[in-house]
Amino acid sequence: MAKSRSELGQIIHGVARDPLGLMGLIIVGTIVFCAIFAYWIVPFDPVGMNIKSRLQGPSWTHLLGTDQLGRDTFSRVIAGGQVALQVALPAVFGAMAIGLTLGMIAGYGPKWLDNLLMLLFDTIRSFPTVMFALAVVALVGPSLQTVVFVVMATSIPTYGRVARTQTLTLRNSEFILAERSMGASMTRILGVHMLPNIVGVLAVLAAMDIPTVIALEAGLSFLGLGVKPPTPSWGALLKDGYSLIRQTPWLVVGGGLPIILATLGFTFLGESLRDVVDPKLRKQR
Amino acid sequence: MTDTLLEIDRLSVDYETARGDLKALRDISFDIRKGEIVGIVGESGCGKSTLISSILRLTAPNTRFRQGEVRFKGEDLLQLPERKMRDLRGSDISIVFQDPMQTHNPVLSIGQQMLDIQHRSKASKAEKRARAAQMLGAVGIPDPEARLDQFPHEFSGGMRQRIAIAMALMSEPDLLIADEPTTALDATLEVQIIERLQELQQQFDCAILFISHHLGVIAELCDRVVVMYAGAVVESGEVREIFHDPKHPYTRRLIDCDPGHIKERARVLPTIPGEVPDLANLPGGCIFRDRCDQAMPRCASQVPPLAKLKEGHHAACWLNHEEAAE
Amino acid sequence: MTLLDVKNLKTSYGPVNVLAGVSFAVEPGETYALVGESGSGKTTVIRAIAGMAPAQEGSVKFDGQEIRGASERTLRPLRKDIAMMFQDPVGSLSPRLTIRSLITEPYRIQGMKDRDLDAEARRLLEMVNLPSHFADRYPYQLSGGQARRVGVARALALEPKLILADEPTAGLDVSVQGELLNLMNDLRERLGLAMVIITHNLNVVRHVADRMGILYLGRLVEEGSTEAVFHDPRHPYTRCLLSANPEPDPDARLERIALKGEPPSLLKRPSGCEFRERCPFAQEICTQTPQWEVDNGHGLRCLAPLHQGRAA
Repeated sequence: MAKSRSELGQIIHGVARDPLGLMGLIIVGTIVFCAIFAYWIVPFDPVGMNIKSRLQGPSWTHLLGTDQLGRDTFSRVIAGGQVALQVALPAVFGAMAIGLTLGMIAGYGPKWLDNLLMLLFDTIRSFPTVMFALAVVALVGPSLQTVVFVVMATSIPTYGRVARTQTLTLRNSEFILAERSMGASMTRILGVHMLPNIVGVLAVLAAMDIPTVIALEAGLSFLGLGVKPPTPSWGALLKDGYSLIRQTPWLVVGGGLPIILATLGFTFLGESLRDVVDPKLRKQR
Repeated sequence: MTDTLLEIDRLSVDYETARGDLKALRDISFDIRKGEIVGIVGESGCGKSTLISSILRLTAPNTRFRQGEVRFKGEDLLQLPERKMRDLRGSDISIVFQDPMQTHNPVLSIGQQMLDIQHRSKASKAEKRARAAQMLGAVGIPDPEARLDQFPHEFSGGMRQRIAIAMALMSEPDLLIADEPTTALDATLEVQIIERLQELQQQFDCAILFISHHLGVIAELCDRVVVMYAGAVVESGEVREIFHDPKHPYTRRLIDCDPGHIKERARVLPTIPGEVPDLANLPGGCIFRDRCDQAMPRCASQVPPLAKLKEGHHAACWLNHEEAAE
Repeated sequence: MTLLDVKNLKTSYGPVNVLAGVSFAVEPGETYALVGESGSGKTTVIRAIAGMAPAQEGSVKFDGQEIRGASERTLRPLRKDIAMMFQDPVGSLSPRLTIRSLITEPYRIQGMKDRDLDAEARRLLEMVNLPSHFADRYPYQLSGGQARRVGVARALALEPKLILADEPTAGLDVSVQGELLNLMNDLRERLGLAMVIITHNLNVVRHVADRMGILYLGRLVEEGSTEAVFHDPRHPYTRCLLSANPEPDPDARLERIALKGEPPSLLKRPSGCEFRERCPFAQEICTQTPQWEVDNGHGLRCLAPLHQGRAA
């Protein structure tokens, strides 16, 4: 019961003690590190063309070879990670914050508001994400911001629903009753007493959601609806690789491998995080 | 002794935790004879749950058996292969849990669940169903035949606990472990359950290991009593010996504390001040020393052994040793 | 003046009428115990008093003011005077807050921010005999008894006139139960508190309550001073409850009055006396509906009451 350590410190310590969690932590840490320092790490300019050395296989100069325009694939993978996180992090955390707020209001507020919000969530969820993305892109054109907006809008209901369910379970628990009996206001009950007990569950969800969003961004870019070329993106890499798979398989590997790694890393981290923040398991530690 | 059914012999169990080994059970020894009701009394943290899960070998992954044996009909359960252990559970040894609301599968009818637990029997479906109805009748569920088709939520807590008992007794086990079976129930239902257990024990001639923190129930139901404190047995013996002539200060004061004992309104109720020691960081000497009003220098240095005072009465306290009297 | 006056309180959830008219009164400084099995409606009674459960009919007067169905805004200032304690000692404490925050929560809610909250926390912990370093702990680090003391400290923070306590000894070990009851008795005397305690544990009632009421299917069936009810129970149900209390003495294996079956469903209330079907003393007259009658401060709803000394 080391209370000297901060709560975040305890959680990180807990995750690192679990082998899978440690692996997740390392993978995610590497991705984040590469994304932040991308322009210092890359050996070549990720958008710099060099027609002379196009479509090369892996070598010590070009670790993952080059593409049809002679751009270094390894550099594009690193820089693509930055794009992926630029989409995934704001989209996921934005969706989580909005979903959390709406979900708690739905779960604690009056019945009619609950029904209204649930109707709204179900409406949004009934749009297929890609269709929705197509419509938005048709309206405002493809850009990073568009992808962030689409992803955020379509994942709010997921967070909202989970937050609502958690709120419904908590609202009849004795500690909430006790707060009500002391006359605590709704904002106080939600903000001080419910939020800290719900946010852990949603953080786990968010960690597991990040790879989905990365894949979605890749998918949209693959379809030409995401980030505009020549900005490097894992989806764009995959798309190039797909069309050139007869000439060189290395582009597909360069686009696919980071997506797989990111998915595994964030999922491991999310699962391990779930075990650590679960108050029932926590008590035994 | 040939009529010994279960024999716990110097059992020590630890839990490995981040803070070091939690010494959940230390040197536990007692036995249960055939057809006998033995009660285990103890407050929270005394190791009751660890003891039950150790007997059934349904322990958490961080459990370490440090020493001792759990002999059932002469065979050490701790050495048994898992497959044999599985055969034993639910047939030779059955258990009734504390919370009747969570014991039953909510999506299956009671009848279905009672058929399922007869999976080892070769009887026909109709025979099994008749047996299920008969068992429900035996625990006092009115109109058992019709109620077999009902689901758990259609029964009250008291009824569910009786159904749990019926299911536990279905295989005619030699040993029934009852883990605080009446704690979640009202006093009126509690009495019904213990009376029912008494009858059934006669009828099925099984031994019962009855775990409770409620002294009144233990006194009412049990032949012999084992008193546990902080993972150790501090006293064991015939029920009258324990309640009328307790030889360990913890037992004595625990009985004093029970308000059922005090007939007139008391200004100040007796208590046992202090806390149970930290099992991960046990002090030397007697574990009850810090809370004991009769502690002596010796209690700080030496752990008192569970010594036989007379036939059928053991206690672990230096006060019972000759030198102490001087 | 009567501190709490509950009259004919009725609560229904749809077709289920949980409270079928409950009346009782509590004087300042008095402890009143409501006793009943699960399903008797005892929890609903105190929640309805505190405005946390609906009550469609009847009246609840606190200090002369009608508070049944009052809005949260009206109730807010009164929440200083009425404190509640819930069953689960640990579960009724917000899990992510320190003990310091938990026991000073009432000051923050009532907007008394000018107080030195650290000093208040120390004072309150001392009052319930907990060491001051407990202020930095979290609920999950406490034992049941310690958590219960924190609950008491919080209930007393604003010096209320009335405490509504739901099973205050539930989940506590016997060795700790006594400490808590002593503490509550002591504080009650020092602070002149009134309490309503609901419980099914008669052993507890005997030592803390001045008066008690027995609740069956949402109605009081007997009420009187604790002494009178324990020594001279008039209602067969009370007698059964008293006898269903195993004593820690193997030789006292009981002359027990068997209670038949279990409480009937609230959807199918029996006709006549509602206890009739389970009553070991039921007579022909019991098919009629008994009225509430008070004789010398001892209330009773029974057509065939028992007399002192009449054994089973």
